[in-house]
Amino acid sequence: MRYRTRRWLPGLLLISPSLILLAVLVYGLIGWTVNLSFQNRHNALPSKGFAGLSNYTDLFTQDIGGRFTHSLWNLAVFTVAFIGGTLLLGFLWAFLLERRARGEGFFRAVYLFPMAVSFAASGVVWRWLMNPGKGSAAGGINAIFGDLHLSFLQNDWWTNPDWGMAAMALPAIWQLSGYIMALFLAGFRGIPAELKEAATVDGASTYQLYRHVLFPQLTPVALSALIITGHVSMKMFDLIMSVSGAQWLTEVPSVYIWQTLLTSDYAKAAAISVILLLFVAVLIVPYLIHVYRVEKAR
Amino acid sequence: MTATDLTRSARAANHARPPGRRTGARAVSAHTAKYTLLILSVLVVLMPVYVLVVTSFKSGSEIGVTGQWNLPKHWTTASWDKAWRALGPSFGRTFQMAIPVALISSLIGSANGFVLSRWRFPGADLVFTLILFGMFVPYQAVMIPLRQIVQNIGITPGIPTLIFVHCVYGIPICTLILRNYYATTVPEEVIEAARVDGAGMLRTFWSIILRLSAPGFVVTIIWQFTSAWNDYLFAIFLSNTRNGPITIALNALAGAQSPDYAASMAGALITSLPTLVVYILLGRWFIGGLMAGSVKN
Repeated sequence: MRYRTRRWLPGLLLISPSLILLAVLVYGLIGWTVNLSFQNRHNALPSKGFAGLSNYTDLFTQDIGGRFTHSLWNLAVFTVAFIGGTLLLGFLWAFLLERRARGEGFFRAVYLFPMAVSFAASGVVWRWLMNPGKGSAAGGINAIFGDLHLSFLQNDWWTNPDWGMAAMALPAIWQLSGYIMALFLAGFRGIPAELKEAATVDGASTYQLYRHVLFPQLTPVALSALIITGHVSMKMFDLIMSVSGAQWLTEVPSVYIWQTLLTSDYAKAAAISVILLLFVAVLIVPYLIHVYRVEKAR
Repeated sequence: MTATDLTRSARAANHARPPGRRTGARAVSAHTAKYTLLILSVLVVLMPVYVLVVTSFKSGSEIGVTGQWNLPKHWTTASWDKAWRALGPSFGRTFQMAIPVALISSLIGSANGFVLSRWRFPGADLVFTLILFGMFVPYQAVMIPLRQIVQNIGITPGIPTLIFVHCVYGIPICTLILRNYYATTVPEEVIEAARVDGAGMLRTFWSIILRLSAPGFVVTIIWQFTSAWNDYLFAIFLSNTRNGPITIALNALAGAQSPDYAASMAGALITSLPTLVVYILLGRWFIGGLMAGSVKN
């Protein structure tokens, strides 16, 4: 396609307000934050000069009680439970609904509806459901376990200091599994019918059909799902603030940033933000490069 | 109604289906397993809704450890009254925020999507990719300076600030949705024909693109309305309980050390009602937005 300046220039002008806003408020502010993270600025006063990487190294070596590494550990536990749970459940539902189950529309609508609810609202009920009381003081889901004579399943939920963050992932799994189901369902239905027919004609059993024909076709969908849940997980903030509030037990980097800002330690908050941004970038940038190549090849 | 009943009727309905490889007892147990799982999942997914509704109609004295899962002995709307007193003002404010956000974002997205799909310039793909990055940025990475900037450029704190911010950070997703929409529904030939007739860019945008945009707009409007309504992160950084949206007010109501659970649950329901209504009425397009979020090519 050949371009002529008089033709394309108005287009560029039309989107330039958006481009300027994004250039300043996305890229500009990221630059600002990166710069701030190199400053010696730990209170509301102006910077006392360049601090190099010390704000970063301090997070790993000088942080009281290993607070930052603790928040990373929490994030890791949360992320594994969240991604694993969401992908498994979303895939399972799509698998069950894939061959036109009766009442499919109803099931789909129910599984998807939590997406419409905010974490701020769902956190209220999940805090109640995940009541850590046991025995005669059991509440929420623990009470159900008690009534079903499954008391051994009663647990501390998110208040467990080691693996509590896996319980914290439950509301997030509840919220996003339906979305992942929708992605997988679209993936299943996008597989050409000839492919299935050819496999059946060749005498493939149902198991072989899924294992060797259908599942491999879903790899791109699974990658999309991984990227979506992964970056949602890195940014998780609302849910934790709503279920537990900001506290040591459930602190992740994004909550830590907020807590640090409240004490006006700007440079430290900026350093944590940049680390969080790097995590997301590792996930997103290869994906964006892929999108760019696909678009350009058109 | 049990899972088996449903399974039986499901099998009856499926009778006309071409026969699969599995027959007899194995097919029956596969069907039973499938519907048992599906129905169990429905129960688990709806469990929080049951708790919300039931608890919100209990009186304070009934909120104890025993009988938490029971229906209220005395149904009362006292907790709803209390929740509404706490959330009412912010409920209105959130509409004042989410509606303009949805409309403005859609218009901006439309202009961008049009240019990036049908009025392209050299390097449009690179620009598009750079715009997309804004969709994934953890907003914490811009929040620290953003707070200072909005304070300094003198936008009124609270709702106007949040409208501005949601519109800006909504540009990437709206651009993506509408760009893909135009690329698949507006043929290049239509644009060429208009150009041959002497229509310039604005004329083409105004009299062709905007008129064909309704289905795409439904998706962006729902998406932006829902994300602005449900947002908590921007709200907590850029507003407070006196001038902020409902998520902040709900967190203040429910976030105390020993919260009034009945009022909190009524509040959570009030907070969720508008987006749930949107989902129930316009679910099909809601899903459209979700799928666009996965950047399918």
